[in-house]
Amino acid sequence: MIRSEVLRDIAPILRDQLVICNIGLPSQELHMIDDQPTNFYMLGTMGLSSSIGLGVALAQSKKVISIDGDGSVLTNFGTLPTIANNVADNFILLIIDNGSYGSTGDQPTYAGKKTSLTAVAKACGCENVVECKAEDTGKVLQAALDSNKMTIIVCKCESGNIKLPVITKDPVVIRDRFMTAVQS
Amino acid sequence: MSINTKIVDDFVANGVDFVTTVPCKQLAGVIDEIEAREEIYHIPANKEDEGMGLCAGAFMGGKRPAIIMQNTAIGVTVNTLVTLTQFYRMPLPMLISYRGELKEPVACQVEMAVHTKALLNQLLIPTYHFHHKSDADELDAILKYTFMCNKPVAILTDATFWGGYGE
Repeated sequence: MIRSEVLRDIAPILRDQLVICNIGLPSQELHMIDDQPTNFYMLGTMGLSSSIGLGVALAQSKKVISIDGDGSVLTNFGTLPTIANNVADNFILLIIDNGSYGSTGDQPTYAGKKTSLTAVAKACGCENVVECKAEDTGKVLQAALDSNKMTIIVCKCESGNIKLPVITKDPVVIRDRFMTAVQS
Repeated sequence: MSINTKIVDDFVANGVDFVTTVPCKQLAGVIDEIEAREEIYHIPANKEDEGMGLCAGAFMGGKRPAIIMQNTAIGVTVNTLVTLTQFYRMPLPMLISYRGELKEPVACQVEMAVHTKALLNQLLIPTYHFHHKSDADELDAILKYTFMCNKPVAILTDATFWGGYGE
């Protein structure tokens, strides 16, 4: 399975949750598969999906899922100790780890080589870290939601992209409808 | 009242309840004061762009965020300020230690100081410079202005304002 297939698979679970979605193809794919006002699409700022999601989770009580990538987590490695030391049990970080920088042409990341993000997250102090196969992502994500415990999921999937358009929604519209959904 | 207490009192009076910090010697007292206040969730960040991501999320979750950092961070955070805070129109008071100004003992700090206001100007970030103790009287108005206009706003605080480096 490639990332877009994983997103299509878990879209029914994401639908009812607040979702912060990573820059580039992940946001474009989620936007195409199941656009929801509860989705915050990052149009820039690689690396900060987990930070934004943790901020939302600490600020209010609804559950928040940050969809991140292995390349983006590598860009903002400092996020993992911050997450570990500021536990928000309404927060799930879903790292879709395809071992490549998908949006820029599938250049390999170090996570696809020697570096294990699962081991790094555990070493940073994250207490519930689950690595799964792409096919099991829905089951693992639902279990994390049901557990009411902050969870880091590392979903190992294949590298590969589909062709799709960029998001042309105005950023303030994306932000405003997300904030309205948070408050509803 | 100490200047640290006055600054944090103004934060609290303006509903600021989520503060991320990256330390600086000059800001140590105000960071201690932030940590001590029950009204504020204090979340230290490992890097300032990470902190701005946390603040963006906290704002969307209903909090009033602020960041405390050194002016060196302006060099680190240009992309985040432009593509997150400004692009999505979010408020962010930035209390910044203006290292490299008069009384600075570390030469390298001057290298960033000479770019600080030019960068902020280029980014169209409203910028206030606290040099005398009485300049802090405007903090309350600056915070109100920040949350009125939904922009990042810089408050530069130099060594003269803080009374030197304690040497």
